[in-house]
Amino acid sequence: MIPVIELQNIERTYSSGEIEVRAVRGVSLTIEPGEFVAIMGASGSGKSTMMNTLGCLDRPTGGRYLLDGIDVSKLNRDELADIRNRKIGFVFQGFNLLSRTSAIENVELPMLYSHKRLTARQLRDKALAALEIVGLAERSGHYPNQLSGGQQQRVAIARALCNEPSLLLADEPTGNLDSRTSIEIMGVFQNLNDQGINIVMVTHELDIARYTKRSIVMRDGLVVGDSAVRERLFATEELRRLEEAHQAVQLTG
Amino acid sequence: MKIRATFVMALRALRRNKMRTVLTMLGIIIGVAAVIAMVAIGNGATSQVEDQIAALGQNVVLIFAGSVTSGGVKAGWGNAGTLKVEDAKAIEREIPDAVAVSPEVRTTNQVAAENQNWFTNIQGESPDYFSIRNWEFAEGGSFSDQDVRGATKVAVIGQTIARQLFDNDDPLGQILRVKGVPFEIVGVLAGKGLSVMGQDQDDVVIVPYTSAMKRIMGVTNLREINVQAASPDKIIQVQNEIADMLRQRHKIVDDHDDDFTIHNQQEFTDAATATSRILTILVVSIASVSLLVGGIGIMNIMLVSVTERTREIGIRMAVGAHGRDILLQFLIEATSLSTMGGIIGIVLGIGASKLLSIFAQWPTLVSPLSVVLSFMFSACVGIFFGFYPAKKAAALDPIEALRYE
Repeated sequence: MIPVIELQNIERTYSSGEIEVRAVRGVSLTIEPGEFVAIMGASGSGKSTMMNTLGCLDRPTGGRYLLDGIDVSKLNRDELADIRNRKIGFVFQGFNLLSRTSAIENVELPMLYSHKRLTARQLRDKALAALEIVGLAERSGHYPNQLSGGQQQRVAIARALCNEPSLLLADEPTGNLDSRTSIEIMGVFQNLNDQGINIVMVTHELDIARYTKRSIVMRDGLVVGDSAVRERLFATEELRRLEEAHQAVQLTG
Repeated sequence: MKIRATFVMALRALRRNKMRTVLTMLGIIIGVAAVIAMVAIGNGATSQVEDQIAALGQNVVLIFAGSVTSGGVKAGWGNAGTLKVEDAKAIEREIPDAVAVSPEVRTTNQVAAENQNWFTNIQGESPDYFSIRNWEFAEGGSFSDQDVRGATKVAVIGQTIARQLFDNDDPLGQILRVKGVPFEIVGVLAGKGLSVMGQDQDDVVIVPYTSAMKRIMGVTNLREINVQAASPDKIIQVQNEIADMLRQRHKIVDDHDDDFTIHNQQEFTDAATATSRILTILVVSIASVSLLVGGIGIMNIMLVSVTERTREIGIRMAVGAHGRDILLQFLIEATSLSTMGGIIGIVLGIGASKLLSIFAQWPTLVSPLSVVLSFMFSACVGIFFGFYPAKKAAALDPIEALRYE
């Protein structure tokens, strides 16, 4: 089986004038199909740079990056854009939905830049199907400012899913959400992962990382820890527990 | 990327900022509307002048007595006493391409019929005059060459005279008194309207030139000779032949000035169109400045828009937009802005021309060419001034753009 991601000694150096900053200093990593990986690390650890590299937003200055078996480390701007469009779905901390644009139109956006020639009807159907997966089909006409944070993040997930990517990349997806909504979003991710979607998530929250299957820890541009998650949390159970605790509070109150 | 989807996106972006969109378009709207309306006014004026000049007659060459000299001593035409009836006869006899000749004298006087009177222009002409000026008769007809030879007391009157002196009666056969001399009316001319100078051409009494000279004015000199050339390309030739002949007849030696002045119809046309052309150029250049200013306004707003929407551009790039997709999107936005402004401007310009025709009675003629040109020009303004901001948007780095607050 071809690994979804294969990093071979990836380096990324930023040079601003005289000073060279080595943000990532030789990372080798393999992520197999079906994995759900958390990349953890403090700020300055190089995890954002890793994220940009994995997301094909940026090119490594050294090493090789194979995505789905394709070497993407030497591609030009437009080729990278096509790879992002076909292979990667992004979920951001700040949701990054287009304002004053309805949920369904936000979901359609990546398909507009796709090479596949889809009719307006097909676009609509695929976008609705993606919204269905995240449980927001009935709010397809709503604008981002009419949706809660959690709902906005679900729209963003639907947008990431619509082109059927090989990889879902989530950058602090729960950073702007309260703890209950965070668990719900992790539930969405766990469901997707159960259906075979590969997810790589950058986070600095330990308890969020416990919903994944594997956690990679970075420090100073290097991978310093890589292990399977022990005592993995499941969103459905956590939500039920929260519900019970809530009811208990109401009974005693 | 689908062009149609890009269009939809561009229009949606413009709709989000309606006020800004309208204000940005205003420069283009005013420019285009000004071009359309001004060209329509210019065209209307030109075609009116052309009509008036055509009313002078066909292939007309006019010879005036006297000449205007640069020293200003012999200013004025017509009363220098240098043109004789014999000159006119010589032209008729010796210049074959002068197909019609009418010697002319002119005065103004009171005319009376029964108990009505009217102060009017009195012209002495030959029967050729009516064909030279292409002037139809409403009733009756011209006097004859016989009448000219006999200095008969017959007259042809214009519409204004018919209305003022005879009201509803039939003027044919009635008597018109000029300086106490009774003239019998043999013809009533069709209406000709205002001249280039704005005079009422129908306010006229025309009698045989011999009659006018002997019985009304008591002069022996002509004011002018009207000549019709055989065809338009013969005008200059006829003009030169007449000049040569008259210099000979008047015994003007080589280095002396002519004692007559020759004009042809083309000169009047040229002068009139030159004036309106200068006016049009002036107006169009002012309007172009307005379009330029409008274009800069578009560029300004597009630059603001690119900055405001940096994050949006980042999102689009992250999900797979190429640089040229972004370029196209902003270019279409700028061009939609300018062409919509252009279309509104065209509609307003045509509307303004129509209103001017209706309320100010200005003759206007909307030129389809000016409509097409200003539409294309406004589209070009959008492309030209939208390109730099669009290029700037397309060159953004997706990571930077996504991080932009």
